[in-house]
Amino acid sequence: MHITSAFPEPIVKLNELSIAELRRLLDNREVSAQDVLNDIMGRIDAVEDRVGAYVTVTRDAARAMAERADSALAARRAGLLTGIPLAIKDNICTMGIRTTCSSKILYNFVPPYESSVTSRFAEHGYVLTGKTNLDEFAMGSSTENSAFQTTRNPWNLECVPGGSSGGSAAAVAANECIAALGSDTGGSIRQPAALCGVVGLKPTYGRVSRYGLVAFASSLDQIGPITKNVTDAALMLNVIAGHDPLDSTSAPVEVPDYASFLGKEVRGLRIGIPKEYFIDGMHQEIDHSVRSAIRQLESLGAVPVEVSLPHTAYAVATYYILATSEASSNLARYDGVKYGFRAKGKDLVDMYMQTRAEGFGPEVKRRIMLGTYALSAGYYDAYYKKGQQVRTLIKQDFDKVFEDVDVIATPTTPSPAFRVGEKATDPLEMYLSDIFTISVNLAGVPAISLPCGFTGGNLPIGLQIIGRSFDEATILQAAYAFEQSTSWHTRRPLL
Amino acid sequence: MRRNYEAVIGLEVHAQMRTNTKIFCGCPTTFGAKPNTQTCPVCTGLPGVLPVLNRKALEFTVKTGLAMNCRISPYSRFARKNYFYPDLPKGYQISQYELPVCEGGWVDISVDGETRRIGITRIHMEEDAGKNIHEGGSYSYVDLNRACTPLMEIVSEPDIRSPKDAAQYMRKLRTILRYLGVCDGNMEEGSLRCDANISIRPVGQKEYGTRTELKNINSFRFVEKAIEYEIARQIRIVDEGGTVVQETRLWDSAAGVTQSMRSKEEAHDYRYFPDPDLTPIVVQQSWVDEIRASLPELPDAKQARYTSSFRLPEADADQLTAEQAVALWFEAAVAAGAPPKAVANWMMTELMKHLNDENRPIEECPVQPARLAGLIALIEQGIISGKIAKTVFEEMYATGRDADSIVKEKGLVQISDSGAIEQAVDDILAKHPGEVARYREGDEKLLGFFVGQLMRAMKGKANPQLANELLKKKLV
Ligand SMILES: [Zn+2]
Repeated sequence: MHITSAFPEPIVKLNELSIAELRRLLDNREVSAQDVLNDIMGRIDAVEDRVGAYVTVTRDAARAMAERADSALAARRAGLLTGIPLAIKDNICTMGIRTTCSSKILYNFVPPYESSVTSRFAEHGYVLTGKTNLDEFAMGSSTENSAFQTTRNPWNLECVPGGSSGGSAAAVAANECIAALGSDTGGSIRQPAALCGVVGLKPTYGRVSRYGLVAFASSLDQIGPITKNVTDAALMLNVIAGHDPLDSTSAPVEVPDYASFLGKEVRGLRIGIPKEYFIDGMHQEIDHSVRSAIRQLESLGAVPVEVSLPHTAYAVATYYILATSEASSNLARYDGVKYGFRAKGKDLVDMYMQTRAEGFGPEVKRRIMLGTYALSAGYYDAYYKKGQQVRTLIKQDFDKVFEDVDVIATPTTPSPAFRVGEKATDPLEMYLSDIFTISVNLAGVPAISLPCGFTGGNLPIGLQIIGRSFDEATILQAAYAFEQSTSWHTRRPLL
Repeated sequence: MRRNYEAVIGLEVHAQMRTNTKIFCGCPTTFGAKPNTQTCPVCTGLPGVLPVLNRKALEFTVKTGLAMNCRISPYSRFARKNYFYPDLPKGYQISQYELPVCEGGWVDISVDGETRRIGITRIHMEEDAGKNIHEGGSYSYVDLNRACTPLMEIVSEPDIRSPKDAAQYMRKLRTILRYLGVCDGNMEEGSLRCDANISIRPVGQKEYGTRTELKNINSFRFVEKAIEYEIARQIRIVDEGGTVVQETRLWDSAAGVTQSMRSKEEAHDYRYFPDPDLTPIVVQQSWVDEIRASLPELPDAKQARYTSSFRLPEADADQLTAEQAVALWFEAAVAAGAPPKAVANWMMTELMKHLNDENRPIEECPVQPARLAGLIALIEQGIISGKIAKTVFEEMYATGRDADSIVKEKGLVQISDSGAIEQAVDDILAKHPGEVARYREGDEKLLGFFVGQLMRAMKGKANPQLANELLKKKLV
């Protein structure tokens, strides 16, 4: 039963709408899930060859899911995401659908099981548009480390979309999906969201199940939504948050209705402004936009307070010891024995070496070697153990500041989107693009990035709002208040 | 002159736990299934999966720690042991390193009537690896059914001084593990495995010598043999002026020798670090107390009770307590009213002989403990003789019936009526006047002949004591 005919030439295109807007249209049966999907697929056909957001577009699966969604809608059995086309980062396992981590070593890997987050999406009736590009195994900040393609920033195709969830952020920004899932180990949701002018939420460590997320650094990885606005981030979090018996590190902490915090006023909300995040020589337009954003929140009644996170300077070094240590072990399973790419070798050890030499890209190999070194006998205490100690200090910095303030506001990135190739040859420079997001992962706290301005060159700028552990509600509340009092989130790239 | 050496031995024992499911996933642990049929995404190490601890494995480990007098850590955690091998699908084994569940315990062993205390350094949990299968040809195969099954590693202090003690220690561990029901203790099937750290030093020296690690000791028979060989090898080297090299050696049971597997320089750097996928294990004291309260009576306590309350000789007590099922069978027979020593004698001779002949576990013994007690009661009451009792027992074992009904049905009740016996004696003496005469002339060996005749005539049912007395009286 199609209602499309009853729906005349739309004023806005369906692909430009948010989850909340589509929910109303679908539930009122003003459009069908297949209409929405057709519009999204049309958009993908129109722009994907320029953006390159997807590793796999799942047209057939999407069509079947949209049909099921329409049946559910007809039967008034709609869930929170019924008929909503969503894209999934290609390091989240989807049963029967290739999941590559943008790596040659998993180019042919089809999971025989479903991740917990996509299982929940499925229970809520989502429509999977496809699997999005990333830096290989989520290691990178530009998607240039993908073994398959570099995703382009929809705001400027010469620029990177950020990373590692660059495919998801670009797909949302380019309206190639309504919203997407990313994963964030050191900024991989927030940094591309900032660079692509969309909203990205990294939940508290343990808030969302990691079962089915291909591990990069297990103690830091967290799945979260990338959306067009704050409301959609709250709606997606409502679906994926909560304890999962398949993930021991997911916390048995009660999940509130995040949408119910949207619209609450921010009068009296204390906002910490960490001095270590506003430094001399900072990118001027970013400094300007973020300071304006804080003034905007102040005008809504929030109270800015200068605070200090004294161990910030050690965050990047600490992160690159701990994350690579865990990665060196997590990536050991890609040995050519059971699945994925296998190279020929003279004997077993040679097969291992050839498989991993040919299967992994340079950044992944660099991190495996760094991590292997940090865990080696004789170096463990100086690197891994010391790193854990500094991590504790960084966590304590946040605990202390949160005794006094409700949220912390910072820029998401030190610079706007950079040009493709600009930092590709300098890993250290690339690592520094996550300088404002990494501490949050080490501390395990939640943070959101949302648009707060544009550069003169029309590149988006992100505001990061950090909250207490398991208090996503307050950062969503603050982010929503800011968003609704500005119009940054309504801007879309011209493609 | 040849110096005297002392061996210093420590054992690392891997015990496969008898949980129904694997340690980090829900797959069954049944032995002998077709390759790769008991696997799932978790135990095959697919990308993105996560381990979830089987609480039963933790309970079994705590139980074992308590039975071996260990401290149970309120806080412990898992670590990853990193190395590459095809049977290890994740490229690391989840084990415990810095913070094991159990530490600082001991078990007592008894060798040649002497009790020795062997320290337990630690007991920790870990997952097993799969199996590589080499069937010739250009491919090898991997079976992951065993991958992720739960193991306990029990590490002893270097307190063991002889191959015999080592074997006795292994037997003691096996006994305790089986009492607890946490491991079936089958070395041949690999559910109990043993690595030995061995060094020698001149008697009287305090410092340890250079040790070798001995792997692949896969049967009880070889524990003693392999260690014996390795000690002799080390002594020979030192006596010839050489030095023992620190290395890992493999026991080759076919050749009866140990062979170098890898040197210290080739030793793996396992790069242990805490597993971030598993939260620290917090064990509440109340749960430990609960588990302690549920422990069965352990072999040492039983042994002590058998010698003191039941007044059994130590050797009997040892034999009867080596297997819990045997001990429980014994106790059931005693509880049914039989004297402990008589039960022990019957069990250690007739019963065990039958069971061993048929390779049948005592749980499947056709004779119920109370029925053995019934048989013993018939002897005690003089209703049947010990000799008849053996016949009755055969019948009981064959049919599972009780002694009383067999004795009645077959008319095996012993005749203690002196009138009846006297009559029979008179008949026999009348039938054999020649023998009677010879006996009276001093050929007393003929008494046996008359006893035989009498028993045959009375179908063996004559009370033997009474028969003897009457014969002697009439022959005078
Ligand atoms: Zn399994």
